[in-house]
Amino acid sequence: MREVAIVAFAQSDHVRTSDEQSEVEMVMPVLHQVLEQTGLKTSDIGFTCSGSSDYLAGRAFSFTMTLDGVGAWPPISESHVEMDGAWAMYEAWVKLLTGEVDTALVYSYGKSSPGSVRDVLTRQLDPYYVAPLWPDAVALAALQAQALIDAGETDEPALAGIAARSRESASTNSHAQLTGSVPQGDYLVQPLRKGDCPPVSDGAVAVILAAGDKARELCERPAWIRGMDHRIEAHSLGVRDLTDSPSTRLAAERAGVFERPVDTAELHAPFTSQEVVLRKALGLGDDVTLNPSGGALAANPVMAAGLLRIGEAAARIHRGESDRAVAHATSGPCLQQNLVAVLEGEAR
Amino acid sequence: MSSTVSGKVNKEPVAVVGIGQTKHVAARKDVSLAGLVREAAKRALDDAQLTWADIDAVVIGKAPDFFEGVMMPELYLADALGAVGKPMLRVHTAGSVGGSTTLVASNLVASRVHKTVLTLAFEKQSESNAMWGLSLPVPFQQPLLAGAGGFFAPHVRAYMRRTGAPDHIGSLVAYKDRRNALKNPYAHLHEKDITLEKVQSSPMLWDPVRYSETCPSSDGACAMILTDRAGAARSPHPPAWMHGGAMRSEPTMFAGKDSVSPQAGKDCAADVYRQAGIKDPRREIDAVEMYVPFSWYEPMWLENLGFAAEGEGWKLTESGVTELDGDLPVNASGGVLSTNPIGASGMIRFAEAALQVRGQAGEHQVEGARKALGHAYGGGSQFFAMWLVGSEPPTS
Repeated sequence: MREVAIVAFAQSDHVRTSDEQSEVEMVMPVLHQVLEQTGLKTSDIGFTCSGSSDYLAGRAFSFTMTLDGVGAWPPISESHVEMDGAWAMYEAWVKLLTGEVDTALVYSYGKSSPGSVRDVLTRQLDPYYVAPLWPDAVALAALQAQALIDAGETDEPALAGIAARSRESASTNSHAQLTGSVPQGDYLVQPLRKGDCPPVSDGAVAVILAAGDKARELCERPAWIRGMDHRIEAHSLGVRDLTDSPSTRLAAERAGVFERPVDTAELHAPFTSQEVVLRKALGLGDDVTLNPSGGALAANPVMAAGLLRIGEAAARIHRGESDRAVAHATSGPCLQQNLVAVLEGEAR
Repeated sequence: MSSTVSGKVNKEPVAVVGIGQTKHVAARKDVSLAGLVREAAKRALDDAQLTWADIDAVVIGKAPDFFEGVMMPELYLADALGAVGKPMLRVHTAGSVGGSTTLVASNLVASRVHKTVLTLAFEKQSESNAMWGLSLPVPFQQPLLAGAGGFFAPHVRAYMRRTGAPDHIGSLVAYKDRRNALKNPYAHLHEKDITLEKVQSSPMLWDPVRYSETCPSSDGACAMILTDRAGAARSPHPPAWMHGGAMRSEPTMFAGKDSVSPQAGKDCAADVYRQAGIKDPRREIDAVEMYVPFSWYEPMWLENLGFAAEGEGWKLTESGVTELDGDLPVNASGGVLSTNPIGASGMIRFAEAALQVRGQAGEHQVEGARKALGHAYGGGSQFFAMWLVGSEPPTS
């Protein structure tokens, strides 16, 4: 398999509202930063791929406008997934593996603030039998959390501990939205309290991928993608064991997570309870540095939060703070779809 | 740790071994979204004589989620498409999405990440209203007035003015495509009593685009099974081989854009021809499935795709070259003008091109077709996706 690495990563500051900015205005500085890190220009990039959602933007074909932020002239080789940017990166990685191109620019963004993201996400559900009931993302996550508590996998104090640790870690992340000591607050949907749930966030993220020697040329310590895989589960919650994530485990196995220990994990767990599920599926011990960025509990720009995890893991390798990291992204209700990537820095 | 070079990688050849479509109609009230996509997928599997268990990954595409009112419907459709436990990707590149989806799936095989991939695109426009789905008002942005026709009609006018094309060319295209559709059992519009006069006397919708020169609004799905060389060897029917594929994008609106013949379309075609070793597309390509939602886009794309010199596309159309029995048949299937489940329309073009080189196009078969082009575009002529397929495996 061709060697491909993440060579640059940039993100916006994640904020509760960004009324004053269009998506293009939010994305452009991030694109400029990530290009600047490598010295590449848009015209040097072999392939561009983005991830976003029309439903968040409130209009059809929303990404057609955002492409203006890339500066797509002269015409570029470009594609888009209506998914989290982590899957856009997967598409770009596969494109690099074909050997057709040597570099790729990947970006994603989400403005959750203009509407009620809890209501918007109900439109992801089975449109005939479930969506008409408007069960929101917090209620569904609460079902999962209660199933975990009933199974003896966790309890409310343990979940509060995950929230406190995440926001403490976010203190060193200047882009994070919620940092430091934040009270757990009241129940939103029992057993989940405010602190167990992600903030409503607007934000953007971008990475640059490069193959082989090109990666070494562009980055002092590239974050090599040793494996990447994603799997989906059944949609209906009634046919899934909500205390487990077989799709994460299978993707991890295919990506090679279990071949050697990892030192860092960036997990896309918007709810504290989901970290419990993911940690078990990935077999992560206490010696693994978990979500040093603060994770999705500190900033959750929907459609960007998964790619952010991959970018944060890569940045730790770039900085020499990690040698082998696992990064994870999720989509759909209660961890329905999961992507896992293994990133490594060369031995020092 | 092995050292690598960023040099060329030997790609796996990609073959189409299964194709399935639904009968496209205005409203499939008898099936859910899941039922619709499963019908096309099952037909593709049956064509390839494969089962769900033979599929390694699923790549799905459709145009905006607002068309059915379901956000990221692939999540709900995972069960219906046998994707549980497998990788599932969802592509969205506006109207070109059916083509882009196919190309993303083909890369999974070409890179040897997977051996056999199911790719599918659909639209069930009857579940909501496409005009409304395209016309949600957004502050500070130009509204797409009255759907796609209102956007594209001025560019057709610009083409006519630039080339001196006479008024009747658009009607000729519509008359041809609607007649071709009569030979395609899956086509939506089967206007058995169609005449050129009927096309020409149909109401003017967006001058110069008449009612009969406009695509219908369809429910439908299209699926393909893509596989590697070993998979092709097991195929019960002749496969179609991919010789080239490319995507290109440019901004929808900027001062330097040529909306009549966008640079991205030219570049995309040039890349595909380079990969496929095509020097003279007009002579070397036997059949074209072109994305023509409004009739005038046939002569416009003939030029953009390099089949005719600038200003000469309408002359090819007028001389009958693009008829089913012509020298360069365009849209033997009846095209988008006869069938338009928007998200699926691009994939139908790609699949119909593959059907032609497999010799399986039935009554609308182009005799002796060995190389065929599938073409899709989307946005305000912003996104392009194309592939060239052949009856023989690629030589390089």
